[in-house]
Amino acid sequence: MPPDFIAAWLNKNDIFTALTIMEYWDGMVTTVQLVFLSLIIGLVFAVPLAILRTVKNPFVSGPVWLYTYLFRGTPLLIQLYIIYYGVAQIPGIQQTFWWEIFREPFYPALLAFTLNTCAYTTEIIRGAIVSTPHGEIEAAKAYGMNWFMRMRRIVLPSAARRAVQAYSNEVIFMLHSSAIASVVTIVDLTGAARNIYSRFYAPFDAFIFVALCYMALTFILVFAFRKLENHLLRHQRPVGS
Amino acid sequence: MKNLFIAASCAFAFMAGGVQAQDTSIGSSDPRSLRIAFDVPYEPFEYKDENGELTGFEVELAEAMCEQMNATCKFVIQAWDGMIPGLLARKFDLIMSSMSITPERAERVLFSEPYYNTPGGWFGPEGFNADVTDMDAMKGKTVGVQRGTTMDTYVTEEMSGIVTIKRYTTADDMVLDLEGQRLDVVFVDYPVGEQTVLSKEGFKEVGEAVKLGEGVGVAMRKRDADIARDVNSALRTLKEDGTYDTIMQKYFAYDVKI
Repeated sequence: MPPDFIAAWLNKNDIFTALTIMEYWDGMVTTVQLVFLSLIIGLVFAVPLAILRTVKNPFVSGPVWLYTYLFRGTPLLIQLYIIYYGVAQIPGIQQTFWWEIFREPFYPALLAFTLNTCAYTTEIIRGAIVSTPHGEIEAAKAYGMNWFMRMRRIVLPSAARRAVQAYSNEVIFMLHSSAIASVVTIVDLTGAARNIYSRFYAPFDAFIFVALCYMALTFILVFAFRKLENHLLRHQRPVGS
Repeated sequence: MKNLFIAASCAFAFMAGGVQAQDTSIGSSDPRSLRIAFDVPYEPFEYKDENGELTGFEVELAEAMCEQMNATCKFVIQAWDGMIPGLLARKFDLIMSSMSITPERAERVLFSEPYYNTPGGWFGPEGFNADVTDMDAMKGKTVGVQRGTTMDTYVTEEMSGIVTIKRYTTADDMVLDLEGQRLDVVFVDYPVGEQTVLSKEGFKEVGEAVKLGEGVGVAMRKRDADIARDVNSALRTLKEDGTYDTIMQKYFAYDVKI
């Protein structure tokens, strides 16, 4: 049944032609670029921010707390609207070089996604840092390590191990949140599905296909994180396994 | 797995049966009750006035049509994206929300005879002086359209690869991007452009309006042929007895009758 049945079905369908498959493919490329770049940039900024967030001095940790509170306390869609439509309303921005960047929807979306994921990642890493066992820090102090060396050798590596599982969730959430990029005219996976849906009025075909695409991407992410966890947490496995 | 499939199909058949039973009960009740869907705001066809009341050309026409059909009508607000799925899912019975008759849509829904036709209009900033029909002049320009409209189809077919096409869900978002200079020009239903773009300082009509398609019809489910028959005869009466013209003159300075 399967091959003939599928071939026959493909022959009589108007929707999944080479043209629309290419649209989905271009959408997938855009989604992956958007999500990957925002995650990487977000992670790079989240590590120092998380360290600052654990500092005792409120003038240092306060602003970071405010930032994470603002971006975790508001929906990503609203952040995207504010950045995308908001910057276009700033008087005279069209005459500055910034407009070259913000004219295209990709960069406002990248900015919104980066700020959002960075806020969540900061909190994830902070949580991992503050839950470092006291004994490890005391032992490091006893060895005469200064603050910087303690961070680099003891706190951050063990925090990374504790953070990786929560962070893998954040990565998957980010992939799914990126679907809202289509509201600001970006043709990502969801944007492609919406265009194809509105051309053929076939919501099931258009959206189930795109759901499968997201599932395939999620599967890749889950697989990669499992490998990473196995690598980072191998000291927790039973001996000999 | 197979059992699950059988169970699922049984459940589905049961649900479908339930819906059908409900349908006959609606059909037999007298006077007939109909739910009509609009996507607002889409001035001047359907929008809310200062008091929050639903009004506009199509809303008034729908009221007159219901009276003519001796039906009690309920108006439903539905976003454009979910129009046809909502109709098929029986959330409402008629769509009277400027839905142009196209072959693709006619595959899914049953259209009445067209009740109006307006052209698509090109609108842009004062400084825009390219000829919209000259593909060399338009090369590299960014054009905004509403996703899934006849204007979208036209631009996609005629200008793909020449201009950058940006598709929007609502006209509001599109006009916002035209003001923000993300778009060079928009191609939108003429009366909508007149209301939303020309009413703003610094914008003008930048090209000749293009007549597109067969016009706008009332959309119904394919099985509701009896409703379609009554809708057609009601619309015909309204067009002949002058009611249509009275409503039209309230909203348009030009003829949209078809």
